[in-house]
Amino acid sequence: MKKFAKQVIFYSALLGIWTVLAKLRIWPPYLFPPPWGVGHALWDGFADHSFWIGIAVTMKRMLIGYSLSVVLGMILGLAVSSNKFLEETLGGLLVSLQSLPSICWIPLAVLWFGLTEKAILFVVLMGSLLSVTIAMEDGRKQMPKIYGMAGRNLGASGFRLFWSVLLPASLPFIVNGMKQGWAFAWRSLIQAEMIFLGLGLGQLLMMGRDLSDMSQVIAVMILIVILGYMVDGLIFRTMERRLQEKYGLTPA
Amino acid sequence: MSANPQNAYPSAVPVGRRTGVRANVFQGKPASSVTTFPSHPIAEVVVPKVALDAISLSYKATSGERLLALDNISLEVKPGEFLCIVGPSGCGKSTLLHLIAGLNPQTSGKVLVDGAPVSGPGTDRILIFQELGLFPWLTVGGNVEFGMKMKNVGKAEREERVQYYLRLVHLSKFRDSYIHQLSGGMRQRVALARALATDPDVLLMDEPFAALDAQTRDLLHDELERLWSETGRTIIFVTHNVREAVRLGDRVVLMTFRPGRVKQEFSVNLPRPRQMEQADVARTAGDVLDCLRDEINKSLEAEYADEKIR
Ligand SMILES: Nc1ncnc2c1ncn2[C@@H]1O[C@H](COP(=O)(O)OP(=O)(O)O)[C@@H](O)[C@H]1O
Ligand SMILES: [Mg+2]
Repeated sequence: MKKFAKQVIFYSALLGIWTVLAKLRIWPPYLFPPPWGVGHALWDGFADHSFWIGIAVTMKRMLIGYSLSVVLGMILGLAVSSNKFLEETLGGLLVSLQSLPSICWIPLAVLWFGLTEKAILFVVLMGSLLSVTIAMEDGRKQMPKIYGMAGRNLGASGFRLFWSVLLPASLPFIVNGMKQGWAFAWRSLIQAEMIFLGLGLGQLLMMGRDLSDMSQVIAVMILIVILGYMVDGLIFRTMERRLQEKYGLTPA
Repeated sequence: MSANPQNAYPSAVPVGRRTGVRANVFQGKPASSVTTFPSHPIAEVVVPKVALDAISLSYKATSGERLLALDNISLEVKPGEFLCIVGPSGCGKSTLLHLIAGLNPQTSGKVLVDGAPVSGPGTDRILIFQELGLFPWLTVGGNVEFGMKMKNVGKAEREERVQYYLRLVHLSKFRDSYIHQLSGGMRQRVALARALATDPDVLLMDEPFAALDAQTRDLLHDELERLWSETGRTIIFVTHNVREAVRLGDRVVLMTFRPGRVKQEFSVNLPRPRQMEQADVARTAGDVLDCLRDEINKSLEAEYADEKIR
């Protein structure tokens, strides 16, 4: 509760400074809108449904793109972690590819798929696939060996061993990487939407720029932060904490 | 439900034919109503349930050299026998059980079950790990059910057997709890139920009661002894507690420290059921302990030596 009080004070102060600066009119309002201007933009955006649609379109792309990267990343991670040859070759390539900002995939995506939904999903996939793959690989290495042995001892083997033992056993170790993958996917998607302009929050941001509507730009930025934080901070972190407690990784 | 009548052989094979000196120290009369085996030999040869034939195993140590963990171990376990293995920590007891369970390939030698060599895990031999290895993502019921699922046992039968085994270990009320919600003794019992539910011929137990308080341990000793005498299963029980070994075993095998070898075997012919505190159990344990002392000292010295290096 003490932490909450500090946060209330901090954000109030931030709003206060913002208000004072806006009131002083150092910069023109169309470049530096006051808090209530941004409030209006938020209200209007939700009232005319454009923000709702933007959120829905963006979240749908996230879910599809991210799910794809989780499935593919798990397969890749599993392959890399269970084969020495793949680990030394493909594993190294994947790590080096991680240094490529996901926005670099956009030209390639456009040439392959044109300005389509597929191209956007491709960029999201490439943005998060690598971190999911690496998380999966790490997770399998960190996972206590006892679970795999207990599974085999009780008669599990092959795919069933993977699905009913190795995968659930490595969950607390891959959830962090999954979280990172989500964050990368989120950034890649917003970037891609700003260029492809197919609805979505990224397009709303660019629309604000085209209309020279700074209030809308800031309103959409706030939306992006809140949505991103909600998923990361609420969903993933809760999941992580629950898993750690359940798996006895923290003194509960 | 899980009685294996073919396991209830009258035993005959004298112990320790191959290795070690047989020290038949104790002549207490067995209570034949509980014990499956009369202590006097009958001239009939029985195929051992589990036989180790000149097993050696070496690990690659971190320094690169090889550590000989098990050295030329030969051992026969009769069907329905309760065999205890004792030795100081680090002498290779866990390694030996993993090997019998087929989780760890030996460097040389053979493991035979019912006279046939085995080379991988099999649900006829279930190991209760020293660390238990219960699955935290499953409930108690889910853990007990796991092995049966892997054997494709039908849903109705699984249900029935989960109920049966949870009742057996007095955990019916905790069927839907998760492992992290249970106490140490309860977890131990879940592991026991999970192992029994797959209906193995051979139960391998790795220091299962080491971390429990004396009261819980005594209770589980009684339950295990009852279970064993009712079902006629073969049990190989590893412990570093000599008194526990004498309390439970038909036979106690002593292991040496680095490399792990069979040092000596003792038949325990005290009547069942026994108690840890019983005078004759204590006396027997004392004799075993005398024989083990050198190995314990070696183990301690090695530990201190390891410490100095660090
Ligand atoms: N996976 C492993 N790799 C290398 N050395 C091991 C491994 N497992 C066990 N050891 C070593 O083998 C010896 C026997 O270990 P273990 O079977 O666990 O002994 P115990 O169960 O009797 O305490 C010990 O010295 C231990 O350090
Ligand atoms: Mg051990």
